[in-house]
Amino acid sequence: MSVGFVKFPTMISGSRSTPPSGRVRAPREWRSRKLVIETGAESSARKQRSVVRVVPPVRPRKLAKVPFLELADGRLQGVVSSGSDIRRVYVSSIAAGSHDRSCSTNNNRPCGGLGYGMCKHLQALVKEATVQYGAERVARYLGVELADDDRPGTFPADRLGGRRVSAPAAPVFSRFLHHLAYLDRPAVTAPIPELHWFPATGEARP
Amino acid sequence: MTGSMPGPAGLLGAAPHGIGEALDLVDGFDDALVHGLARLGEDRAAAPVALAAALAATPLGERAREAAEKIAAGSVAGDHLDALAAARAALLGAVHDALLAELDRALERERAAWEEPHATGEAADPFAGSRSWLHELAITGWRGVGHDLLSASAPVLDALWADPDLRRLAVLLDGLAAELRACSPITTADLVPARRWADLWTRALLLARPGGAAAPPAGEVSGRLLILCADVHEHPTAVQVQVHGVLEEPGGARPRLVRASVSAAKVETITGPAVWQLLGDFPVLLGALAGHVSLEIDGMPMLAGGDLLWREDRARPGEAADPFVTARLALPAALAPPTPPLERHPARIAEPVLLEGYTTSRDGDAVTFHLAGADLPVAVDRLPACGPVTPELVAASSACLGLLRWDGGWSIQPTGVQATVRRKPVTAHTGDWALGPAGVKAAKARAAGSDAVAVLKERAGRLLRS
Repeated sequence: MSVGFVKFPTMISGSRSTPPSGRVRAPREWRSRKLVIETGAESSARKQRSVVRVVPPVRPRKLAKVPFLELADGRLQGVVSSGSDIRRVYVSSIAAGSHDRSCSTNNNRPCGGLGYGMCKHLQALVKEATVQYGAERVARYLGVELADDDRPGTFPADRLGGRRVSAPAAPVFSRFLHHLAYLDRPAVTAPIPELHWFPATGEARP
Repeated sequence: MTGSMPGPAGLLGAAPHGIGEALDLVDGFDDALVHGLARLGEDRAAAPVALAAALAATPLGERAREAAEKIAAGSVAGDHLDALAAARAALLGAVHDALLAELDRALERERAAWEEPHATGEAADPFAGSRSWLHELAITGWRGVGHDLLSASAPVLDALWADPDLRRLAVLLDGLAAELRACSPITTADLVPARRWADLWTRALLLARPGGAAAPPAGEVSGRLLILCADVHEHPTAVQVQVHGVLEEPGGARPRLVRASVSAAKVETITGPAVWQLLGDFPVLLGALAGHVSLEIDGMPMLAGGDLLWREDRARPGEAADPFVTARLALPAALAPPTPPLERHPARIAEPVLLEGYTTSRDGDAVTFHLAGADLPVAVDRLPACGPVTPELVAASSACLGLLRWDGGWSIQPTGVQATVRRKPVTAHTGDWALGPAGVKAAKARAAGSDAVAVLKERAGRLLRS
């Protein structure tokens, strides 16, 4: 019924053809990767149905460590709680394509842990993004090729190159505050009939 | 369904006369919106003209014809777009009416006639910004939507969200904007959900007229509310639970089908069973869903379309009430509510129905009910993650309470099932977890982020006010 997404086992294009020796290659069908593709019947459904899924689903995740993250402005970016100070948060990001990394407090003080590799905030950001969006969607957005021998569902953060840069934290932080403001809105009891176009689905089923 | 009992099997023959033709006209117009009304070639300019011509005999006809001709000639003004949106809505309204009449005939369901509530004077117009954004969308076309047009939605949305009275348009436009963002940039290779986006655009434009959204209550009702089912709607920033039930008023009045809706703003990461926590202001309604009890309501305001404007202080829990018993005993005689004129659209049809005596089959993700002589597809992607009804349970079910839907064909959205799993009877309803999930699966659900609301509210409290 009215499904815009087609599930099928496939690979993201350009994956390595020969697995490194000594490792067992997982059968393709274990990977359950999702891509947006259209077959003939699906395409007319997508055009002529009122109710199709357009925004890819997200999975619920624990929010304490990384309360906010998004794939936006050409970056995977988000807000990561400080491990030591409950009032402090870090704004961390990885740019699509270049994979340049940035991490600073919301007051633009650089993160001490960001050297040649990833700091723990960036590691947490990548890990939670993988839960929320799935490894494939994160990889596709950042322009990273998943290899056949990557563990299904994990994102190869160790293969990211890129330089250490200082991206401005304020816009991300303000989007986070804008995001939180939704939870301050009062509930209402007047019916919203337009939400019949937006059924709750089973994709976040535990 | 057995023998002479009315049921949806009667729906599953040919679609009512004229629906295909009407939808072809709609598709033509929707295709024009994909490319933008400012740049219609000769072929596409014919589509709005044909849409308008279909309404020639109606009061809208003259305005729609003029608008379509102006647009074909390359001059697009806001008024013209409003007229064409009204024409498209009228055509789909007629499709809705034909489908609902067919449904009522098959189910032998009687429906009250629409009575226009008394208007309450001139409405304010806080919508000018929304209208110009929507006009701009139509002129540009879905394929032309870029960063500038997407960013232009932000101030419009902020203004709408700030006022709870404008919530309906805020929720609709936020949902549309999120989809446009998710698809941007739209290339020529991408298939655009043309019907859907044109639906949302049309509804938004009609709502963004002064007085388009607000309707005064038709009166107050009292009595016993027996719950049939809960229908959950969700997009990244909103969730709504719509409860369908039978209202038995004192004094021997005919019982009627009513709905109660509660909705909250949310963020994308709060999804699955956690959405119930966003509706913590409604413990009486949610308690009745989870506990399967009736509700005694007293002086509850109700809209002319059968929607209760829920007030917790006017409801209290009653006695135990099994939704399946309600569906067997109270639903057949209940009077169904009319659809408010501007809400008439096939996608708005959600008619409670009880199915029994069917067999099921499963093919991959698809589940089908085989009724006497007819097959009814199950809308499995309308089984929400916030409840215990799964495709597996539906496939194993012997009785199903649900909502009949139409989207190019009829389907059933299950909201409650009686099934046999490992030789044990199991009953599950979508609203069972309204007060928090129970059981092993529920523990998993909690671990997977049901604390999300509390965590984010704590962060919000710290950061928004510091």
